[in-house]
Amino acid sequence: MWRIRAFEERVGELTRANEVHGLVHLSVGQEAVAAGVCGLLRADDPVYSNHRAHGHALAKGAPMERVMAELMGRADGVCRGLGGSMHLVDADHGFLGATGVVGGNVPLALGSALAGRLLGRDSVAVVFFGDGAVQGGIFVESVNLAALWRLPVILVCENNGFAEFTPRSAHTNVERVSEVVAPYGFERETVDGNDVAAVREACSRFVEAARGGEGPFLLECLTHRLGGHYEGDPERYRQALAAEEWQELDPILRLQRRLGVDGAELEQAAREEVEAAVRFARESAFPTTELAGDLVYAS
Amino acid sequence: MTQTTYLQAITTTLAEAMRADPSVLVLGEDVAEGGPWGATAGLVDEFGPERVRNTPISEAAICGVAIGLAQSGLRPVVEIMFVDFLTLALDQLVNQAAKAHFMSGGQLRVPLVLRTQGGAGQRGGAQHSQSLEAWLTHVPGLKVAMPSTAADAGDLLAAAIADPNPVVLVENKTLYFRREDVREAEPAGLGRARVVRPGRDATVVALSRLVPEALAAADELAADGIEVEVVDPRTLVPLDLETIVGSVARTHRLVVAHEAVRSGGFGAELAAVVQEAALDELDAPVARVGAPFTPVPFSPTLEDAYLPGRAEVVAAVRAVVGG
Repeated sequence: MWRIRAFEERVGELTRANEVHGLVHLSVGQEAVAAGVCGLLRADDPVYSNHRAHGHALAKGAPMERVMAELMGRADGVCRGLGGSMHLVDADHGFLGATGVVGGNVPLALGSALAGRLLGRDSVAVVFFGDGAVQGGIFVESVNLAALWRLPVILVCENNGFAEFTPRSAHTNVERVSEVVAPYGFERETVDGNDVAAVREACSRFVEAARGGEGPFLLECLTHRLGGHYEGDPERYRQALAAEEWQELDPILRLQRRLGVDGAELEQAAREEVEAAVRFARESAFPTTELAGDLVYAS
Repeated sequence: MTQTTYLQAITTTLAEAMRADPSVLVLGEDVAEGGPWGATAGLVDEFGPERVRNTPISEAAICGVAIGLAQSGLRPVVEIMFVDFLTLALDQLVNQAAKAHFMSGGQLRVPLVLRTQGGAGQRGGAQHSQSLEAWLTHVPGLKVAMPSTAADAGDLLAAAIADPNPVVLVENKTLYFRREDVREAEPAGLGRARVVRPGRDATVVALSRLVPEALAAADELAADGIEVEVVDPRTLVPLDLETIVGSVARTHRLVVAHEAVRSGGFGAELAAVVQEAALDELDAPVARVGAPFTPVPFSPTLEDAYLPGRAEVVAAVRAVVGG
């Protein structure tokens, strides 16, 4: 979690310094979901993510320096500089991709789950999405199909209470995402998404069952996005948390309190790793202009 | 000579591909029952419901599932019953499938085939009759083919299944049941046009149903001593510009013909790329044959008047040859 926190905070600085480019969505405050879920997965478990993807990619094993290089648009980025923050992919670690279209890759995770079954593997597909995705038609289509075909997929909703700039209550009358999928009859659970132990405990049961071919499952993680929707968001739509409120919520501080550790060494190591990643990324060249034309089609 | 139909060629090719490669599977609405025309008829008996998968009426999810399958090592062939319903799956096709290879820096491949069919002429009304191929040709990362014969329907489907990229095959419902001799020709690959009929006076580049219409027009014009060369690009992306320009260099006159609405149609792209490549070869402005800028009307008299065909091609050729 410290790796994600340190990475995201540094990316925020680098965005303001115009070294990281484009639309950048940080996951500070939501680290427990990425860590709690991805820590249970193998490299061959396909994972899909949304526009707020850095933490998921790192937790799934994507090399930090190549993620940082990608955010800076460099040739050594995981996507060679063609993807960017919202479209991270690291196939070697089963991170099959983030998407900038809310809800757009939920059915892709179903397809990967079905592929695993048809190929006789015990892999588990996971897709992360926010509560904003739940109001889209593709979510309903996907939930129906996942349930109908009993696919070994875990739908992980990071419910941070805000769809972009609007509170969930302004978009839907259904407060809990786990209630949205209730009629489909599969197992679902809502957990405190800022409690990494709770996330891990609930998800481990789902992962184990999905390895045995069961599914689908929905894990709703109630969490809190500490920052704005995107980096630079003035956040006129909500009140900032008081520092003491955040102290209570912060998933990293909570874990440290529970374990009775101060975490300073982990934080230090994480920040050093991030600085090394920044150095790597800064030294990486920008892609050649030919690259774009070369990668429109696979050969 | 043995005869076949466009539809039989599709069914046979699917069965052959599924026999040859266990990673090929078919999914779509009612595909296990064969679909409304029977393109997938009988496949479930040989390959079972795991590989011939009926889906709910969820075009976006069908397409998205197929992308996930393709990214994870399988070769799905999706059927979208009418091209008109492709609108429901366009995010999947345009934002996910078309860009996955590119945005991942080449890590991902999406060997997905999407079969669909378009075209008017069966009184289906404006939501079951469209020709929307031009939209698809505007998206880098997609390949787009429009077979006009049974042989090409089979060959292009086989080539699409073998291709590592997302390929959309836009079939035509009015061509499905025409009986054709099975011709022993070199299989059509993606990106290779065919000179269907040679001629010296004008080139007609025609798509899909307009190919047989252009051939009928060529017969009619031949009676007046006008020899028309008919070229079928077969694949719109990638386009075999060389064959098309080669024909124009022989005839010096070009008519482009499709059923889609003329405005913004693929014919406009054809006209543009030919004049860019060979303006000096053209002795007359390029003429375009296409439907008027209205939705497809339902009433039989109106639909018949709407549909471009032989008469419109004849008139366009006469105009460019100055007859």
